[in-house]
Amino acid sequence: MIPAAFDYTRAASVEDAVTVLAGAGDDGKVLAGGQSLLPMLRLRLAAPTMVVDLGGVAELRGVRDDGDALVIGAMTTHDDVTKHPLVREHAPLIAQAAETVGDRQVRHMGTFGGSLAHADPAGDLPGVALALDAVMSVAGPDGMRDVPAGDFFVDYFTTALGASDVLVSVRVPKLTGWSTHYEKFHQMAQSWSVVGVAAAVRRSNGSIAEARVALTNMGVTPIRARGVEEALTGAPATADTVAAAAARAMEGASPLTDGTASAEYRTQLAPVLTRRAVMAAGGL
Amino acid sequence: MTVTEQRPSGEVGRDRRRKEDARLITGRTTWTDNLSLPGMLHLAILRSPMAHARITGIDVTAAREMTAVVDVFTGRDVADVQGSLPCAWTVTPDLKHPDHPPLAVDEVRFAGEPIAVVAARDWASALDALEAIDVDYEPLPAVLDMEAALADGAPLVHDSLGTNKAFTWVFDSAEAGTGGDLADALAQAEVVVRRRYVQQRLIPAFMEPRSVVVDPTPDQITMWSSTQVPHFVRFFLAALLGTPEHKIRVIAPDVGGGFGGKLQITAEEFITFLTAQRLHKPVKYTESRSESMLAAHHGRDMIQEVEIGARRDGTVTGLGVRLLANMGGYLRLLTPATPLLGRYMYNGIYKFPAHRFECTGVFTTTTPTDAYRGAGRPEATFAIERAMDDLAAELGMEPMELRRRNWIRHDEFPFTTVTGLTYDSGDYEAATERAMELFRYDELRREQQERRHRGDRVQLGVGISTYTEMCGLAPSRWLGSLGYAAGGWESASVRMLPTGKVEVLTGTTPHGQGHETVWSQIVADQLGVPFEDVEVMHGDTRTSHKGLDTYGSRSLAVGGYALVEACRRVVEKARPMAAHMLECDPADLEFVDGQFRVRGAPGAAKSITECALAIFAAHDLPDGVEPYLDADASYDPVDFSFPHGTHLCAVEVDTETGMATIRSYVAVDDVGRAVNPLIVEGQVHGGVAQGIAQALFEEARYDEDGNLMTGTFVEYTIPSASDLPDLVTDRTETPAPGHPLGAKGVGEAGTIASTPAVVNAVVDALRPLGVTDVRMPCTPERVWSTIQAARSANGGEPR
Repeated sequence: MIPAAFDYTRAASVEDAVTVLAGAGDDGKVLAGGQSLLPMLRLRLAAPTMVVDLGGVAELRGVRDDGDALVIGAMTTHDDVTKHPLVREHAPLIAQAAETVGDRQVRHMGTFGGSLAHADPAGDLPGVALALDAVMSVAGPDGMRDVPAGDFFVDYFTTALGASDVLVSVRVPKLTGWSTHYEKFHQMAQSWSVVGVAAAVRRSNGSIAEARVALTNMGVTPIRARGVEEALTGAPATADTVAAAAARAMEGASPLTDGTASAEYRTQLAPVLTRRAVMAAGGL
Repeated sequence: MTVTEQRPSGEVGRDRRRKEDARLITGRTTWTDNLSLPGMLHLAILRSPMAHARITGIDVTAAREMTAVVDVFTGRDVADVQGSLPCAWTVTPDLKHPDHPPLAVDEVRFAGEPIAVVAARDWASALDALEAIDVDYEPLPAVLDMEAALADGAPLVHDSLGTNKAFTWVFDSAEAGTGGDLADALAQAEVVVRRRYVQQRLIPAFMEPRSVVVDPTPDQITMWSSTQVPHFVRFFLAALLGTPEHKIRVIAPDVGGGFGGKLQITAEEFITFLTAQRLHKPVKYTESRSESMLAAHHGRDMIQEVEIGARRDGTVTGLGVRLLANMGGYLRLLTPATPLLGRYMYNGIYKFPAHRFECTGVFTTTTPTDAYRGAGRPEATFAIERAMDDLAAELGMEPMELRRRNWIRHDEFPFTTVTGLTYDSGDYEAATERAMELFRYDELRREQQERRHRGDRVQLGVGISTYTEMCGLAPSRWLGSLGYAAGGWESASVRMLPTGKVEVLTGTTPHGQGHETVWSQIVADQLGVPFEDVEVMHGDTRTSHKGLDTYGSRSLAVGGYALVEACRRVVEKARPMAAHMLECDPADLEFVDGQFRVRGAPGAAKSITECALAIFAAHDLPDGVEPYLDADASYDPVDFSFPHGTHLCAVEVDTETGMATIRSYVAVDDVGRAVNPLIVEGQVHGGVAQGIAQALFEEARYDEDGNLMTGTFVEYTIPSASDLPDLVTDRTETPAPGHPLGAKGVGEAGTIASTPAVVNAVVDALRPLGVTDVRMPCTPERVWSTIQAARSANGGEPR
């Protein structure tokens, strides 16, 4: 179908985008890769009066090395993220998860930052960003500010971004000596996660020295499975300890029942997938 | 492929890439929505957001005043002229057939039913104007559950009918004289298995959404429609809207798929036609995908109660079937007949001595159902193949062995079944043997035992479907005896042009099947001309005026017969000319590879193309030869076409997550002689994909208020290539005795066969856990919860 009428601005810069958004008040919407927004517009589920297109802002694209971290431009496409050598070396968890997003066309249009800003509880990248302790760099009317992933995802489809804010880039600490895995559960190749688990493990002398685990779609936002992390930290790297730790995946989780799955089923999946994710990440 | 070429030099039997594909794939062709006519208006249709409501008021004033809007009208505005959408199949004399106005007038009976129409100079303006139309509804109770709808005091979909029951159709083999009495058979049976299976509702989801353009010139009204049935559309427009038939031309240009979903006379066609007549302007309506999901007819949606009686040794003694079939809010073209197309097939390939079948059609406030690939036969095949597996489990018998004991042996054909059909041919043993070999059946059974023994988290299941089906619709006499309004014949016209090139008109209407290629192959062999020299035309009631279109795997089975006959008539028409030129008796000529040769006189020959030129020039025609080399033929089938085959599926089920993954799939089909094996394989692949989709992925769901919850491809999950297994396909060839090429229909076989193979495999994997059925689609959550339910029923222990 055809969206309802709206005004359109192709922003020349981040500042330009922020200014236009500020002028639009609550009726503005940022267009990144358009893979979520355009269907909503075409189904007339969203009807912003102003759409600000970031497609022309070159500074928002690309990945750079920033010492102990990577900085991923918000408008870098999933496909570019997946294939980028720096991402593959220092944040393979992101590459692995981004590769599961939608289909090929979606990955060539959809962006890393767009996916985070959209904050779909079934989206894969928010959980990954949370597991990696990523920090969002946000431009707003009052200038730039940093928002840690743990504070960024606020509610169902809701982030810490204000109506005039633009997500500029994401700073991802390099994980050296860690291994990671993203366990995505979905029946169809192109569908969203029913539940996803992002796991990062650092092993040392037959034990798990550190672990980070984040769950996708086990609540209105991605959540860290702190109980699992706690149980894994310092534990021997064995299948039994991982299984016992994974059994704590539901601590702090509050899964929803929606058209895709019941909360009961998600409750079944979370520990199973957590166990599999940690086993795979830990090379067990 | 293990098919032997009968004539290595011939076209028939040869893998030909499809000549129509270049234009279809690149889109450099006429799809209806590509048409743009001078002054053309665009339609948008306001659809009911309610499943069931009285319309108490519609205010279109604001919409009428919008820029670029030319006209806005409602059902009330056209109540006198809009007619009622047809149902062509009066399955029982007392069939309840409510009015089905294209635009609802007083009451809506499914979410998505058209209510008002906007015509505007551009599509966007038409859509904007829809939002300015104000409708007042008085909600009425949604009627969704078939069993509840039949209960006393249930709210009615159509008050005037006094019931939600559309019809009840009964067949009893004792009464029909085709077998014994079912009640007796079951009473005497040593084992009786009773099962209830649910055929979920499906959405045909053809690739090209429906589109219709109408151009009302003063001389004639032309309609282009993305339809499978242009000949039907013209007939019904004339019969129901009062425009004389000769003033209507209907064209189905290239059509992007149908799967039965475009075997319909649609509200949208009527509405567009009426608008063009009303405004005297060309008009286009193209539905969005969301509208297509909501308002184009749906398929399946039945509850099946099956009972099989058997002796302990596995011999089946009786089959009872009770069916509830969801009609939706109205009857469309073939709505009540669709479940009954399956009624002849519930016995499958087995020799049941007694059978009773009962089907009740039920109105609900949902989108009407109608034909979807296989139409009745997939449902029947599912029920019998699932039930045979369940019977095998009950008897503790290997399921293939149970089938072997009961199927019709190859030396028993032709075989008259308990439903009264006579299966013409088949070799179930050969197809099964080949399938089991390709599948490595015994190895998989061993692995299954090992996994069961060690309590593997991932269990393995093996699913069988040994099917046959009836297609090639249909003998006219049979159709007439069952209350169908039309016949089942088909036609072909073949003309050899003066330069020896050939034009063919077919009354069938391809929408992706590859008729142009296959018809060219047949003509090339029959007339001895190159494949490239044949042009096939279709889908235009002005040029291909005689035809009954494409559905029910009929085009080759019926239309192909007519084509062969038309070619033979062309040859016979050329023969006197050849004899005249060769100065011999026509009876002394033989026709081989395009040449008339004088028997016993090598060298004396005239090609049919030489005859064509000489006939056209007409300088020296023998008596009785007309100056053009062309012929028509039609064919009314004597009986159905009965393809068969054996499909085997191995599924791994992760018992922790419920995920069922197909590990291997083997399809050995017998479609008689394959004219183009490559196209046959394509049909099998596509058909199997759709059958797997029903087993694992697709389901149209309504919420408790009757809103379609699966209105986009996010919720209605059709599989993509990545979701499907590699298929291993092969064929056996048992030529159809009644067809000049030995060909049988293939368009639906894959869909009919595959669904039970997959579900049988899922259930087979889980039988040790006490699972006896998994409702379709076997999504991970459904499989997991079925396992949970079985475990708690068994006190937590594997059975």
